[in-house]
Amino acid sequence: MDIVVLIKPTPDITKVKFDVEKGVVERSSATLEINPFDLYAIEVAKRIKRLFGGTITSISMAPPHAEPALRDAIARGVDRAILLSDKRFAGADTLATSYTLAATIRKLGHFDIILCGEKSVDGDTAHVGPEVAEFLGIPHISFVTRITSISRDTIVVEADFGDAYYEVELRLPALVALSRPVIFKEEFVEPSMPRVSDVLRAKRARVEVWNADALSDVANASRFGLAGSPTRVVKAYYALEKGRNARVVRGDEGVVAILNALRELGVVL
Amino acid sequence: MNWQGILVYAENYSGSINRASFELLGKARELIPKVGGDVYAAVVTNKESVERHSKELVAFGADKVIVYTVEEMLLPNPVVHRAALINAISYAKPKLVLVPATPWGRSIAPRVAAAIGTGITADCLDVYIDENGDVVQVRPAFTGNIIAHIKTLTNPVMATVRPGVFPLPQPRYDRKGEVIVRDVGVPNADRVKVLGVSKRKAVKLSEAEVIVAIGRGVKSKEDVKLFEELAKALKAQLACSRPLVDMGWMERDRQVGFSGSIVKPKLYIALGISGAPQHIAGMKDSKYIIAVNIDQSAPIVKYSDLVVIGDIYDIAKKLLHALKSSQF
Repeated sequence: MDIVVLIKPTPDITKVKFDVEKGVVERSSATLEINPFDLYAIEVAKRIKRLFGGTITSISMAPPHAEPALRDAIARGVDRAILLSDKRFAGADTLATSYTLAATIRKLGHFDIILCGEKSVDGDTAHVGPEVAEFLGIPHISFVTRITSISRDTIVVEADFGDAYYEVELRLPALVALSRPVIFKEEFVEPSMPRVSDVLRAKRARVEVWNADALSDVANASRFGLAGSPTRVVKAYYALEKGRNARVVRGDEGVVAILNALRELGVVL
Repeated sequence: MNWQGILVYAENYSGSINRASFELLGKARELIPKVGGDVYAAVVTNKESVERHSKELVAFGADKVIVYTVEEMLLPNPVVHRAALINAISYAKPKLVLVPATPWGRSIAPRVAAAIGTGITADCLDVYIDENGDVVQVRPAFTGNIIAHIKTLTNPVMATVRPGVFPLPQPRYDRKGEVIVRDVGVPNADRVKVLGVSKRKAVKLSEAEVIVAIGRGVKSKEDVKLFEELAKALKAQLACSRPLVDMGWMERDRQVGFSGSIVKPKLYIALGISGAPQHIAGMKDSKYIIAVNIDQSAPIVKYSDLVVIGDIYDIAKKLLHALKSSQF
């Protein structure tokens, strides 16, 4: 099976610092790593490859300094890593990003399944997977919590629709966006740290960097980056700056304080 | 006339319209004087429910209801809903399309945006019309750390909106509205087969009034019982942070946070949760937050109204005792 994994290099959300005034990430604090949701896509890709053979190709669109994240992907089991990096790709919203990713997949030629995380920790949209599928004219399913079965032609998954989990069968090729935790058949999928030997191998591996010209025969360059993005951020600010100035108490005094709060809020009579 | 009015996608894959769709109709009514045109609702439904659903959508604020009827079996098929929403947009040519940011809505709406080549903004917390008459969408990013205001240069403006951010309007069953029945071809519906419900949700945390949430401070799976008992005594829902789901101690439906549920109950009690940014993103809008933690430097302290420094087992037991005894 030819498996494509979409990987977004994102800043580590637990370490990143924000410019409170401008509402942007402080660049120096933002080392890029694999979006945590996408780690599950890599793990599932490996399991599918184990069953059917084939190759895993990852595609990322990011600035050049995202390269270590792609080496991490190789260390974790991706066979071929493509980094779409070009000033002409910069400033892309979900529509332009999806258009560019879809063009890249078309350029690759044959594929059986595309896997990605349900959303990214920086963009938070969950929109790119479905948009890529639309541009490629293939079915997709998002918020997948379990892969029940897979054959060369079809995949059966359990997906969260909101009110309940539904069992859905898709004909391949299709795009599957994974939640976490996710179950592959009966087994909980847990991303593991790559082995040292794999990290060393990944250091020597080649990360293919593609610019906009590499897609000239499959895409319209005016649809890349900011130029191809219909949405514009007009204002942004840091949302968590205000704390609540908690009242801090200890031990048994705390029990009394909680009971009083419960009464004031009408939770207990 | 083109690109006028507001179209609300009424989410109905189960036979009943999701409450968030009605919230969006309420918002649409509020915005429509500044946008101009009509408030449309588009709904996919089975034949038997056409009248009931149309009446409901009109009562909650739609001027015109665009109805697509399908066989019961195809109701939960996303391919049908995608085609219907594209059809409704090309018919109504609205300025703004609002879709509930449920997992279902966040799966359908982006496909539609890509199909018609327009911009879409995800998981909005607000939508307003600025002094230039432009639609502005307000959304969180970076796991809730950043709030961005976004404009869309193409038509229609499309947004998925987080359920619960707008109040549920009072339905008025005397409102008059027009029902437009349209047909949608279903290309390639056989590429996606919805086989049925595989599992109901254990709980809908987003609707809970009181939540008792536990985290890493809990030492074993057996210990969860103690906190379950506390939740029960408070008529609260038991919830947790991600590690407990990862360890298999709790069901994923009970996870609060960026990869779980976003909640805003009247009271949120966090026991042994340090407050990773992903967790804070899921509960920071709760009306009153109590944190019990052994560590006063835990990040959750900053986001709480009342912080008790102590052992969560000790405090939970004492609370249970007090709640059960008459002295309280």
